[in-house]
Amino acid sequence: MTALLHVEGLGKRFGGFTALQEVDLEVQPGERLGLIGPNGSGKSTLVNCICGTLHNEQGSVRFDGAPVNGLTAHQRTRLGLARSFQLPRPFGSLTLAENLRIPILYAVNARGRHSLSGPAILTRCVELLGQVGLGDKAHRLPRDLTQIEMRKLELARAMAAEPKLLIADEAMAGLSHAEVDEILALLIRLNGQGVTVIMIEHIMRAVMAFSQRLAVLVAGRKIADGDPKEVVRDPEVVRAYLGE
Amino acid sequence: MDADAGLLINAVVSGLLIGGFYATVSIGVAISFGMLDIVNIAHPAFILLGSYAAFIGNTVFGIDPILATVITLPAFYVLGLLAYQVYYVAFERRDDQSLRGLSFFFGILFIAEVGLILAFGVDYRSVQAWYTTGNLNLGLIELPWRLLVPFLLGLAMVAGLQLFLSRTFIGRAIQAVAQDQQALRLMAANPAKIKRIAFGLSFATAALGGAALIIIQPVEPSLGREYIGRIFAICVLGGLGSFPGMVIAAVTLGVVENITATFFGPSWAPAVSFGVLLITLAVRPSGILGR
Amino acid sequence: MVSSVVKAEEEREGLRGLSNLAFIGALILAAVAIFGITRWIGQSFAFFAAYVVAQYIVLGTAWNILGGYTGYVNFGIAAFFALGAYSSVVMHKLTPWMPLPVMVLVGGVMAGLVGLGMGYLTLRLRGVFFSIATLALAVVVQTLFTNWDFVGGARGAYVVPPRFAPLIGGAYVEYLFIVMLGLCVAALGTARAIERSALGYGFAAIRDDEAAAEASGVPTLRLKLIATMLSGAFMGMAGAPLPYYVSYLDPASGFNLNYAVNAIAMPLIGGTSSWLGPVVGAVLVGGLQQYVSVTISSAVNVLITGLLLVGFVVLAPQGIVGLFQRRRR
Repeated sequence: MTALLHVEGLGKRFGGFTALQEVDLEVQPGERLGLIGPNGSGKSTLVNCICGTLHNEQGSVRFDGAPVNGLTAHQRTRLGLARSFQLPRPFGSLTLAENLRIPILYAVNARGRHSLSGPAILTRCVELLGQVGLGDKAHRLPRDLTQIEMRKLELARAMAAEPKLLIADEAMAGLSHAEVDEILALLIRLNGQGVTVIMIEHIMRAVMAFSQRLAVLVAGRKIADGDPKEVVRDPEVVRAYLGE
Repeated sequence: MDADAGLLINAVVSGLLIGGFYATVSIGVAISFGMLDIVNIAHPAFILLGSYAAFIGNTVFGIDPILATVITLPAFYVLGLLAYQVYYVAFERRDDQSLRGLSFFFGILFIAEVGLILAFGVDYRSVQAWYTTGNLNLGLIELPWRLLVPFLLGLAMVAGLQLFLSRTFIGRAIQAVAQDQQALRLMAANPAKIKRIAFGLSFATAALGGAALIIIQPVEPSLGREYIGRIFAICVLGGLGSFPGMVIAAVTLGVVENITATFFGPSWAPAVSFGVLLITLAVRPSGILGR
Repeated sequence: MVSSVVKAEEEREGLRGLSNLAFIGALILAAVAIFGITRWIGQSFAFFAAYVVAQYIVLGTAWNILGGYTGYVNFGIAAFFALGAYSSVVMHKLTPWMPLPVMVLVGGVMAGLVGLGMGYLTLRLRGVFFSIATLALAVVVQTLFTNWDFVGGARGAYVVPPRFAPLIGGAYVEYLFIVMLGLCVAALGTARAIERSALGYGFAAIRDDEAAAEASGVPTLRLKLIATMLSGAFMGMAGAPLPYYVSYLDPASGFNLNYAVNAIAMPLIGGTSSWLGPVVGAVLVGGLQQYVSVTISSAVNVLITGLLLVGFVVLAPQGIVGLFQRRRR
């Protein structure tokens, strides 16, 4: 089975600072991959390079069998690669429904496979919002939302692009126990619908509950990749991230 | 050939001096845009305000133009504090900087220009001092005092500010703000307060820049517009956040402009700085020594 | 639940639900009515004043497509506007028989191409660099025209308009006014069509958060180029009739800073989020300017515009239209 995402030898430097070095990563279709590591280890940089927001000087990224080096971020989103941002970045002047309209117009419709138009788009937006529990706020503005609602909007917007692979970048940071469970359930449900998910998180119980496979990034290098229960017992991982 | 070479040398030398002068007018933007990320395109308007302050001091009170603007420095500093406060409350806090912040400064530029027209008319104004005429004779070359004094003023300003930023507590705080506001906030220092002081400094430099301007050439209110492009070309070419880069860029631009004016005519000079700006933005937006 | 939410949204559309064609039809009717009223007033001053207001409706709308809708501030309005004016001068010298509407189109194409070129050079950078570059562009273009003898260089060029208006009779300024009204219809129709289309949503996404827009599949560079081209083209078209309006065009007047300030101030005062804002701004501020110009002085007039601009930007960023909208929501 060919991997959905194939990252090989990825390297990224910012001036004199090496953010990522020789990172290899493979994600199979339908898989639930967890990615953990200390702050500053390069997790978000890795996401940015995979998605095209940043340009990696070394290494290659292949998605769905085709190389994506050189493609812009919006082109990769159209291919089926979506991400949510660590700090939610909603379109402030648009309603929640209109926020979801953007990826529908520009990612889904642009693929040419099937096109939504007119009232069908609004229906789809409200439906998606309903899946994250924001259906009754479809015509509100993002500034009226609470923190967790913003996170949900962020995920809903990524989902609206109908991705094959969704990268959720610290979607649960700072949330309460119950709220973490909500987002966790949402991501598992999404995976059940066939979407491959990479979860980047610090909240270990969520990571363990979610991941079929776990990778660990420390100081720009991947130091572990495998079964979650074995990875968390790996002495190097314990030393670098989990603590004694 | 000799005449051309002589012309060239003269053009280069006066270009260097003019470049030093360009540093006096650009250093304010090197602070406000290079360090604080505030696009104060109204800076030339305040330079002109400084020029007219020097003019009034010189013609009405008979004082030396540079001294006249030094006297007004506190007023300019306070004006800068006020301007930043308005900018902060109206834009930075609302995180709505780009469109409205730019339009705000554009409006200020315009109001200042029209205000000056109403107050002083459109005639050219100039100042008189012992250095506005005459040359320093160094054998092979002659340096006009009216170019040399602003050049020296420019060097003094850059050196003074560089020392201030690296040796004083406030100066270092300003450098910290320029590099990482988030870290500063975490240390419970208030970035807004420090940025306000820096912005005030930026305005204060405009006063001195204005004195330099009216020494070098007669001024009239619409002169500011020519300088917007020059100043931003210099700051972008030099690299935002780098004083040495700004000085190099200022001198380079001065020389290139002067050579163009000498050999192709002065009406092409404005296009040089703006052309340099466009090319820099297209080719190497981080500038020569930019971070 | 879904269907009730959808229905509520459709009801809110209400009057705004006019199709694009119907809207343009309404605009044409309005334009005809306005022309009729101006003719009925009879004095040629009315035409000259109304032409200026109409010109600013087009300029303001053009600026707003890139500024208000997409969030990129263009300070180089003078470059595009004067390009249109000077292209008419060139055509007047080379092909004086060319009808004015054709000159308008040519001016639009020229300005649009320049917009495309400049956008290609600078739109990959941050928004503020684009804005600074537009300042630079205006001066470069002005310098080029000042040094081009064919169009008169610094001395300027005389363009003598025909005595009578073709087709409708009467003074030539009436014909200029009709052409400008036609441009208003085109500009406003385009602006409104954009607002309600996928393109408009794309612009809004870029304005609100460009990185998030790109990550959501929006081809940001392409859309920004489209906005810059459209905006520049309409500015060029607004400038094309100018030489006939003033009979004498020199760089100082063609590149006058007033055009830039007004083109920015009027949409910001009127409101940048809809096609109506630039109209409100042009009518109110333009009208005020005509009045102050005549009663006090033209310098004070310009000062007032600047003060209004700064005042609105600081205190009422949503503009006049925005003040009313907030109450409705």
